[in-house]
Amino acid sequence: MSAIDQLFEQLRSEGRKALMPFVTAGDPDLEFTSEVLQEIVARGASLCEVGIPYSDPIADGPVIQASYTRALDKRVKLARILEMLTETTPALRAPVVTMVSYAIVYRYGVQKYCDDACKAGIAGLIVPDLPVEESQGLAGLCRERDLSLIQLVAPTTPRDRTLQICETSSGFVYYVSITGITGERTELPDDIVEKVTWLRSQTKLPICIGFGIAKPEHVKLLAPVADGLIVGSAIVRRIAEADRRPRDEVLREVGDYVATLLAAL
Amino acid sequence: MSNRPPQPATTVVPDARGRFGPFGGRYVPETLVGALDQLAAEYAKAKEDDGFQAELAGLFRDFVGRPSPLYHAKRLSEQAGGAQIYFKREDVNHTGAHKINNTLGQCLLAMRMGKRRVIAETGAGQHGVATATACAHFGLPCVVYMGEEDIRRQKPNVFSMKLLGAEVRPVTSGARTLRDAINEAMRDWMASVDNTHYVLGSVVGPHPFPQIVRDFQSVIGKETIEQSLARLDRLPDVVVACVGGGSNAAGMFYPFIEHAEVKLVGVEAGGRSDSPGDHASPLTFGQPGVLHGSYSYVMQDEDGQTCDVHSMSAGLDYPGVGPEHSYWKETGRVTYESCTDTTAMQAFDACTAAEGIMPALESSHAVAKAMEIARSRKPEEVIVVCLSGRGDKDAMEIARLKGIDFG
Ligand SMILES: Cc1ncc(COP(=O)(O)O)c(C=O)c1O
Repeated sequence: MSAIDQLFEQLRSEGRKALMPFVTAGDPDLEFTSEVLQEIVARGASLCEVGIPYSDPIADGPVIQASYTRALDKRVKLARILEMLTETTPALRAPVVTMVSYAIVYRYGVQKYCDDACKAGIAGLIVPDLPVEESQGLAGLCRERDLSLIQLVAPTTPRDRTLQICETSSGFVYYVSITGITGERTELPDDIVEKVTWLRSQTKLPICIGFGIAKPEHVKLLAPVADGLIVGSAIVRRIAEADRRPRDEVLREVGDYVATLLAAL
Repeated sequence: MSNRPPQPATTVVPDARGRFGPFGGRYVPETLVGALDQLAAEYAKAKEDDGFQAELAGLFRDFVGRPSPLYHAKRLSEQAGGAQIYFKREDVNHTGAHKINNTLGQCLLAMRMGKRRVIAETGAGQHGVATATACAHFGLPCVVYMGEEDIRRQKPNVFSMKLLGAEVRPVTSGARTLRDAINEAMRDWMASVDNTHYVLGSVVGPHPFPQIVRDFQSVIGKETIEQSLARLDRLPDVVVACVGGGSNAAGMFYPFIEHAEVKLVGVEAGGRSDSPGDHASPLTFGQPGVLHGSYSYVMQDEDGQTCDVHSMSAGLDYPGVGPEHSYWKETGRVTYESCTDTTAMQAFDACTAAEGIMPALESSHAVAKAMEIARSRKPEEVIVVCLSGRGDKDAMEIARLKGIDFG
């Protein structure tokens, strides 16, 4: 059982839902990333998603792209990100999941990435450009190590394929709320509750919904059908302020924002 | 991979999962998988459909002006001093490059799938113009993503695309070249995939694009074989093509793969020097990795971040390459070399002066390599160069590179 399996077992037994904020590693620097992780967990986040900056992120909108570009411009390296996580995770009371392109995992060495992720206290991986057909090798390595390999289901995924994805996913299933790239939305698709309800009837795995979620109304709408909600661009946009404003102020604002969402959960 | 003895290359690639040996595949967000499956299925049907093939052949003949000529570049051959150089004249196609072969085919597929909006990326602007042209012909709305740096160096093509009714969206991320334009087109497609077809312009990207683009471009190699047999009563000794993403080269080489006696040479952009960042030669200096949905040779740093690359020619200024080229490199069937900006520019000048044919800067890389190979070969030997496009689009950029102010 991975740390993520344990978390959702506990949350379910308590009838609670998870909030999973996304932060870009190294924006504006790794020290601040570590502080943000501690702050959002202190404010009640149940899981943290750490984005490993990538030069060519195809699923990401302008806000996350720009954060990746800023981090890479400052030459943040994977080895340093893993060091930061090694130092940060032991004291965090929430599992950490890395969102990482397969381009990076492959180049680093698939097995080495899994080994070093475990050493850094990482509980799971989301590899957004690795569809199930390509994920066998990585899935095997993750299983041997109790790392969760979280697979995504999109609104464009046919039903039979959705079932196949649920079979190979571990930790939870990531339901992508919109056909499109990451970024805050004012409206979510009309049929989203219906789609997630169907998904729920097909799998015992926890379901977390992400992409576009930014407002307490979104949280209210989706919390009843999901096990967790993932919030990315809205957090990253606030963290981006740390380049030009006092950091403690930015940290507090990020924390306050997380608290606002949690209040709606 | 490289320590097992290479198997000879076959033409029965890719497999059902889009693999050319170990290369290719499909590394894309789940959101796009359905559309790629649909495209693969539709293409499999179209391939066996005589009506589809006849419609495409009719367009090739009457709209593109195919077959394109096989031309004996006699004075250039004399200057090089050695083998006879022939040009496969893709530059005389409608819109001035090989790109139209692919865009017509893909737009037909888009319509078969009921997709009424088309998007594309472009580097040199040739693929953008060819897509805009096909869309004008079929009455499809068209959006072309183009890096700001490429908009600057390929202005005439930007204007043509607009005249043809396409919307050109400038891309300001990264190095503002082809790679960034592909990223933006993919992002558009992530949101529009239900009603939009992405006409990818080279043999790159996730399965089934590398196969589909190769097949549509294979008309180049097939015609070259027919024309060589009819004119020379034999196949060429050497065939040379430039490699950006690799579509003109793949279309030229693929029909020759099983003719083992024909030497195939792909020419990458050598840029300013062999140093990282100064060239765009992933097959020569890179290593296998993942970019734009496919596993192939690529220029990356040790973290898997894509490196900036350079070529004076926008169409070759790309850090990756189609997976089938990686397969041909690994199997040893095709030799890949690189050619610098300076050498390509000399070939442009030589070809323009000796033949009255202005090659595209991309194609000039292949002309340069052909002249070099010709020197070491006998006069009765034959080298065919894929002259992938015409140089008109480059006139202003060439003036800038040469420091000429023509007002
Ligand atoms: C004339 C010409 N040749 C070659 C290329 C390179 O593309 P590919 O390698 O796909 O043929 C381009 C791309 O824009 C082009 O315009």
